[in-house]
Amino acid sequence: MSHLTVRIWRGADEGEFQDFSVPMRENQTVLDVVSEVQRTQDQSLSYRFACRVGVCGSCAMMVNGKPRWTCRTHIRSLKSSVVTIAPLRNMPRIKDLVTDMSGFIDKWGKAGNVFESQRDRGDAPALVDPSSPMRKVADAAIECINCGVCHAACDVVSWNDAYLGPAALNRAWSLVNDERHSGKKETMMAAMGDGGCGNCHSQGNCMAACPIGLSPTRSIAGLKKMSLMSLLGGSDA
Amino acid sequence: MFEMRLYLLQRLTAILMLPMVIGHLATIMYATRSELTAASILERTQSSPWLVVFYTGFVILVSIHAPLGLRKIMGEWLRVSPKLANRISVLLFLGFLGLGLRGVWALTGGTMS
Repeated sequence: MSHLTVRIWRGADEGEFQDFSVPMRENQTVLDVVSEVQRTQDQSLSYRFACRVGVCGSCAMMVNGKPRWTCRTHIRSLKSSVVTIAPLRNMPRIKDLVTDMSGFIDKWGKAGNVFESQRDRGDAPALVDPSSPMRKVADAAIECINCGVCHAACDVVSWNDAYLGPAALNRAWSLVNDERHSGKKETMMAAMGDGGCGNCHSQGNCMAACPIGLSPTRSIAGLKKMSLMSLLGGSDA
Repeated sequence: MFEMRLYLLQRLTAILMLPMVIGHLATIMYATRSELTAASILERTQSSPWLVVFYTGFVILVSIHAPLGLRKIMGEWLRVSPKLANRISVLLFLGFLGLGLRGVWALTGGTMS
């Protein structure tokens, strides 16, 4: 049986890659490989996962330099006998493959991510037309599960600590297009603040890396347009 | 919000400059069709108030637009602190404006000496 060389980051911000050798199998994901190393070679290896089937988004890591869901990345799709696995970029490292995601989550809050409603339980459910233009725009952005892959892919996040990043701004975009959301003005103020949508260079790394094919780039472009219109005194945000 | 206003300013100046860049290139091509000498070009430009208005506007727009872009590059790529980047950008604005308007002045036949 041929073997795969796996280079795994050990340590925190200071550390080094450690090489392991794992049997090559017919069907094998990157997460399978990490699990195999942890179970059979070094039980002190730290990493995160939960569902193993691309639902939870907790197993994201840098695989050969690209942020990916390791559970949905087949080794054979990498077409390489050496696989380099590192913790997600743009986040502080805690240990081995585990990052501190609190800064990433905090940015969601800073982008005005909280849904506000003027309705209460006595009101009838809001009627939202699924075919309305606003709802379609919101639907296109709404499936994000906070995995952090786009945040790790974004160069602007790596350059500018204040930048809220693609995931947080994508959330803001889905909220300002939700007709039930009563805090649109607050969300827009956050999204067009100093760390907001104007920092995006539209490189599209977030869109290219998103495991479920969302386009934060398009969402941020929408926020930019809305921000400019509101600054020009046109349509309100 | 300050950043967003600068962002808006940079985009608006870009929109306004787009036709002016084309006009500028067309002017260069027209001006260099015949034998290219400073005297032959100045002879034509000095008799045109339209060119003075055009280039004064163009210089002002460039002086606003370019430092805003360089300010971002300084912050993101060179890790210059926001305060320093702001100061350098103001100096660049004044520099571009001064040199540009000096050039426009020369178009009209004025000399500094």
